[in-house]
Parts: sequence; C-alpha cells; structure tokens
Amino acid sequence: MTIQEIQEEIVDEFSMFEDWMQRYEYMIELGKSLPLIDGQYKTEDHIIKGCQSKVWVHAEMKDDKVVFTADSDAIITKGIIAILIRVFSNQKPQDVINASTDFIDEIGLKEHLSPTRANGLVSMIKQLKLYAVAYQAQLN
Amino acid sequence: MTNKNTIAAKLDVDVIRKDFPILKRKVNGQSLVYLDNAATSQTPQQVIDAIVDYYQNYNANIHRGVHSLSQEATDAYETAREKIRAHFNIGKRHEVIFTSGTTHAINLVASGFTHFLKEGDEILVSALEHHSNIVPWQMLCERTGAKLRVIPMTMNGELKMEEYHRLLSERTKLVFCNHVSNALGTINPIEGIIGAAHKVGAAVLIDGAQAAAHIKSDLQKLDVDFYTVSAHKMCGPTGVGILYGKEKWLNKLPPYQGGGEMIAEVTFEKTTYANLPHKFEAGTPNICGGIAFGAALDYMNTIGFEAISEYEDALVDYATEQLLAIDGLKIYGTAKHKTSVVSFNIEDIHPYDIGTILDKMGIAVRTGHHCAQPIMDFYQIPGTVRASFSFYNTMEEVDKLVEAVKKAKSMLL
Ligand SMILES: Cc1ncc(COP(=O)(O)O)c(C=O)c1O
Repeated sequence: MTIQEIQEEIVDEFSMFEDWMQRYEYMIELGKSLPLIDGQYKTEDHIIKGCQSKVWVHAEMKDDKVVFTADSDAIITKGIIAILIRVFSNQKPQDVINASTDFIDEIGLKEHLSPTRANGLVSMIKQLKLYAVAYQAQLN
Repeated sequence: MTNKNTIAAKLDVDVIRKDFPILKRKVNGQSLVYLDNAATSQTPQQVIDAIVDYYQNYNANIHRGVHSLSQEATDAYETAREKIRAHFNIGKRHEVIFTSGTTHAINLVASGFTHFLKEGDEILVSALEHHSNIVPWQMLCERTGAKLRVIPMTMNGELKMEEYHRLLSERTKLVFCNHVSNALGTINPIEGIIGAAHKVGAAVLIDGAQAAAHIKSDLQKLDVDFYTVSAHKMCGPTGVGILYGKEKWLNKLPPYQGGGEMIAEVTFEKTTYANLPHKFEAGTPNICGGIAFGAALDYMNTIGFEAISEYEDALVDYATEQLLAIDGLKIYGTAKHKTSVVSFNIEDIHPYDIGTILDKMGIAVRTGHHCAQPIMDFYQIPGTVRASFSFYNTMEEVDKLVEAVKKAKSMLL
C-alpha cells in the first residue's frame, strides 16, 4: 500500500471510535503490543531525547525500501509510534520524504505532535525523514 | 481525617474561586482542575486589574522622567518594593532587588561570588535542588576552582542534617538550599542550616521560590544572607521576582549587568555605580510586573498566610490519604514538614502516560523530572506525577484527581 492509502485506512479505523477514551485505549493496546524495536538498538546512540519520554529509532534499507523500528518507554507515545511506523516503514525513501503527517490531526491526536510537546515524537519524525534523505542520497 | 467544616470557616474557597477567572475554563471539554501550582500559580482578578490599570493609566519609564506619568509609575513601583520589604520583614527597602525571578537572582549572586572564592573553597548545595539552580554554582566553581559539595537526602526526601554539619568547615564559603523542594514539597530546616553555616563564616542563599506561596518568612529573624522569590508562584505575573540580600553583602558584590539605571556617573574612563538597589537593576525593569507583584502580596495577605497554609495542609492530607488507597501507588517525598505537593507513581506506569490521561480529563498536573534530575536519579525513576495544591483548590477537585488517577491506572495497566 502507498503511504496515502495506509493513512486513509488509519483515519477510517479511528472514525469508529466515539470518544477520546476509545482512541486512547486503542493506542495503549498498540503500545502494549510486541516490542517495536530489536533490543540491540535500544541504546544511547539510537535515543531521541524528548524531555519526558524516551524514544529510540533504528532504520535500515531492505531492497529499495527503508524499514523503521522504534520504541518508547511511555505507552501512549509507543502507541503513536506504532501508527507512525505502520505509515512510514517499508516505503521508498522518496515517499517518506514527501509524506505529510496531517492524518494525525484527523485521527484526533494532533496535540501529541505539537512541536512544544515534550514526548520526543516530533524529533522522531524529523529523524525518520533524515534517514530517508540519507538513503535517498545513496540511491541517487 | 480532616474536618472540612472547621477549615471552611477560616477560608471561604467558593468566594476565593470567583477571584480567578481562569478557573471557569474548560479544558478538553471538562472543567479545569488546576493542580500545577508549584510550576506557576493562577492570577486573581485583583492582580489582572493592577496590570490593566498600569497600561491603561500610567505606563511610563521610571526613575528618569520629570513628567507626571513617570513619577506615578515610579511611585507605584517603589510602593511595590516597600510592600515586598514589609511582607518579608526585610530591614531596608534597598535590600530588595527586583529581578526577573529566582533564576536571575541566583545567577546574580553566583556571578558576584566569583570575586570572593578561590581554589580550595567549598560551596555546599542540597541534594533537593532544582537542577537549573545547580548549574550557576557549577559555573562558579569552574571560574574559581572552588569545589561543589552536596548535602545528601534520605529516602523520605529530607536532608541529612548530621551530614550537613559534617560537611561544614572553614573551607565552606557559601551554602545554597531551597526553602521548599519543588519536586517533593519538603520544607527544609533552614533556621538550622543558616545558623550552622554562619558559625563557620559561610554565607547562605535560600531559594524561596516554592516556599513564598505557602510560608510568610521573616527574613531578618532568619538572619539569611540572600533569599530569592518568583512572583509567578504566588499569584503574581511571570518574569518578575526579587533577590533579598543583606546590605553588607549587596555593597560588597559587584554589579551583575551594565546598563542604564545602575550608574551614577559615566565617562569613557570610568563609571561609578549607583547606590542600592539600582546598582543591580540595569535597564528598564519589568515595571508593571513589579507593581502587580505588590498587588499579589496584598491579595494573599488579605486572605492570610495562616489560613492559606492551614487550608492547603488539609487539602494535601486528604489527597495523600485518598491517593495512597490506590493499589500500587507510591508517594515520593514523605517528609514530616512539607507543603501541598504530592509526587507519585503507580507501579511502573510512565508518569507521562498518567499525565496525558489526566489532561484529557481536564486535570492539569506536572509530569517528568520537575527539573530535579538528581532527585529522580536518587529514586531511580524517570520522573513522577506531581499534583500541587493551592488555596483555591477544593476537596472536590481532590476527589476528581483521585477518580482520574484510578481511571488512568485501569486504562494503562
Ligand atoms: C525551587 C525552585 N527554584 C527556582 C525556580 C525557578 O524559578 P524561575 O523560573 O521563576 O526563575 C523554581 C521554579 O520552577 C523552583 O521551583
């Protein structure tokens, strides 16, 4: 699926929730699910320091696609990371670079991506895009 | 359990709440429950009015104009200084230095002490400090070769006084400690700290940022050398506060910043500095902020600090009791003497997650390390959820907090 299609699918899923509590319960479920990153990458040099919750990111190229894994020590942050990974991972670097994150607003989680929110997610997205830029440069 | 009625007799919280327009706000569709008072307090209409009055009626630069507005503004600003002096029972009006807040005040002193310290000297700081307040002393040590030593704390969040006495020596030149810890609410035994430091000839700076909203301190009686306050934690505006310093110290300290207001005569060869307090008040100050700080003190004194602290004690006792009834909830900071702060975690749930859910329910708390990383390291936790109560909070709000924490726990565990 393209990034666009995945985003639409997620927006669709979230439209079934009636209130914030259901949305958060779903994200917490996502957050509790399996580790999103291999233990060996949960190290200092993979860490993105948000003020409060820690976020780890790892990227590698598989064929012509970039594969992201990430994690956080806060469950809600991790739930959002799971959504972002679903959108951005296994995509061509150029598509990652071009992708917007407006769908986050549509699913009612905008406040988590505010640049002043101390959860590390904004830096994480920046980092995902930077990885994509680097891989794209290798391809060119 | 606390008898809510006897408390209500001294302080009518329903009347008080009408003074705070922001308390009518909705957040995420819910009535705001503001429990982040240790970060900044809310502002009563009386203080908002003072701010509006200043800009509507007599906004002018101070201490320099011949015109009436400037005179009015100067008078109001100096009246505020006098109110602050009287409130803290400071000996002389010029011992009150207006600053942008506690951080500025601490840096002013740390910068000045560069001239008094040499290698081998020691500065003692408590383990309970706001970490941004440790940095000025680290920088001072780098400049002078002095050594920073830490007064350790117990698991309860109290300073180990016997260790403090052991650390004190003729090498100790300065002791820095907060009056009340922002992360845990511990009220430190500053009388003992000051007295013992003076016996070895050390100066003492007490950070009163957290204390001033709850405790009316008599600074002459305390015999403290320096004391700092931020207005925004006691119903005043942000960006203004004071440094109190004993006259003998303020005369000894060199000016911190150069600029207008702080000079007597300037030629390109030499400048002579103005008298206190102007020597430390370079540039146009936060005039409106200073005046509004005075209004905030008037407001709090009208309610009365005794009634305030008694009421807040009742709030925090009730909150502590109710929160502890939640399985798996642990409170950090259980000092015998503490202000209306409850810092807690539930099992290994990340404080950020709890704070996020509480926010959704309209409850404002602080989560994280509260700028007190060393304390969090001591407990080996990433942070805590901190609810801090003020005299305008209610028992019903405590109930809402407790319900919301239970809800968050059930969602997150
Ligand atoms: C104990 C303590 N000291 C200092 C400060 C810093 O005060 P300000 O930011 O007003 O300079 C705070 C505020 O968070 C505090 O709680």
